[in-house]
Amino acid sequence: MLDLKGYGPSILEGAVLTVEAALAGLLLATFFGLLGALAKLAPAAPLRLLAGAYTTLIRGVPDLVLMLLVFFGGQMLVNDLSARMGWEHVDVGPFTAGVLTLGFIYGAYMAETFRGAILALPKGQLEAGRAFGMSPLLLFRRILLPQMLRHALPGFGNNWLVLLKATALLSVIGLDDMVRKAALAAGATRQPFTFYFAVALVFLALTSVSSLLLALAERWARRGEARPA
Amino acid sequence: MIDLELVLDNLPLYLRGTWTTLWLTFASLAIGLLLAVPLGLARTSRNPLINGPVWAYTYFFRGTPLLVQLFMIYYGASQFELVRTSFLWPLLSQAWFCALLAFTLNTAAYTAEILRGAIQATPPGEIEAARALGMSRFMVLRRIVLPSAFRRALPAYGNEMIFMLHGSAVASTVTIVDLTGAARIVNSRYYSPYEAFLTAAVFYLILTFAIVGLVKLLERRWYAHLRPRRA
Repeated sequence: MLDLKGYGPSILEGAVLTVEAALAGLLLATFFGLLGALAKLAPAAPLRLLAGAYTTLIRGVPDLVLMLLVFFGGQMLVNDLSARMGWEHVDVGPFTAGVLTLGFIYGAYMAETFRGAILALPKGQLEAGRAFGMSPLLLFRRILLPQMLRHALPGFGNNWLVLLKATALLSVIGLDDMVRKAALAAGATRQPFTFYFAVALVFLALTSVSSLLLALAERWARRGEARPA
Repeated sequence: MIDLELVLDNLPLYLRGTWTTLWLTFASLAIGLLLAVPLGLARTSRNPLINGPVWAYTYFFRGTPLLVQLFMIYYGASQFELVRTSFLWPLLSQAWFCALLAFTLNTAAYTAEILRGAIQATPPGEIEAARALGMSRFMVLRRIVLPSAFRRALPAYGNEMIFMLHGSAVASTVTIVDLTGAARIVNSRYYSPYEAFLTAAVFYLILTFAIVGLVKLLERRWYAHLRPRRA
């Protein structure tokens, strides 16, 4: 089949880094997304405005441009800061910059998904919770979160698939992920197609497994819904 | 803080980059859409010999990153003696052609699936009525199925257009000076990441809003019959 000339383990190592970056990015994106969604639905107008600007501006710019901005601009910011504060030199590095950017970008997409899911909740449930004297935190944990989960899952899954594929871009800012490993192997063996094809297959496997797990999760989240006989 | 003079000095570079981004994006969207119509129809076929290969194609191109697809074509093509001696080599050795090819294949896959969904959502009654009027299968397709499928596909296709515009930024990784490529040149020349990339970001925002406006305009035209009647 595919002869990887002994570079298989190296590609696999890169794949692990890709998955790590994607998962860390997802975690951050979920956090930013929840914050963004809550801010978008907040009664305070400045919060709504800020969240609106965040989701609109971020979703209007390519992820590669934002990554380059955070990678180069972020390093400059840190350099200025550490020079002013008299710290030692801090290297931002492609992993940190990449994960931060992925989280920040896909947080904007997540915010839209979560906002829709929260709006899909029957208002009476929240009012009932409040009438029982639940604190906002308890209300979020017991009513909002479990209920919005099933509405948010399809969009969440799509965002994850896009984010996973976007991690390939991190090789452009120098992360030693599987695309870069493939580039190195391609240069050494002069078989670029073989290695990029192998990377494509790994991505395909990752997206396939993700889709499968997401379908299962969606079925689980919908277990309480009435099914047509 | 932001050096506006630097941005203004490099404006011609950005404008040329914008032009490259625009033609790459819209050329691949146009060719991709042309390919997507037969592919989307093939995906609605019950014959596995027609449906299967197209399914595999869309599954591969939607499940892998555009960057990797571009590298497979741009760097990968030279691996094969057969390609290097063929009449296609003068084209495949050029970055712009590889980008155009990768983007077209990518958007055709996504668009085919969008169209498949829209075609399958055609109300069966419309097709039955057309058949009852004696239309041939081709005529049903041309007069009934495709026009209403395009209408249903428009919102999703608008997103695909924006996705493609943003995706085209990866062209800058294979020596093409598109909008992102221009920004990368400015950044490496002056080491001023804010000016370089924020300027590109503003250009992309304008282009994105332009596409959103275009889709809104089309929606108003195509959904005119769904609007509430004016009193």
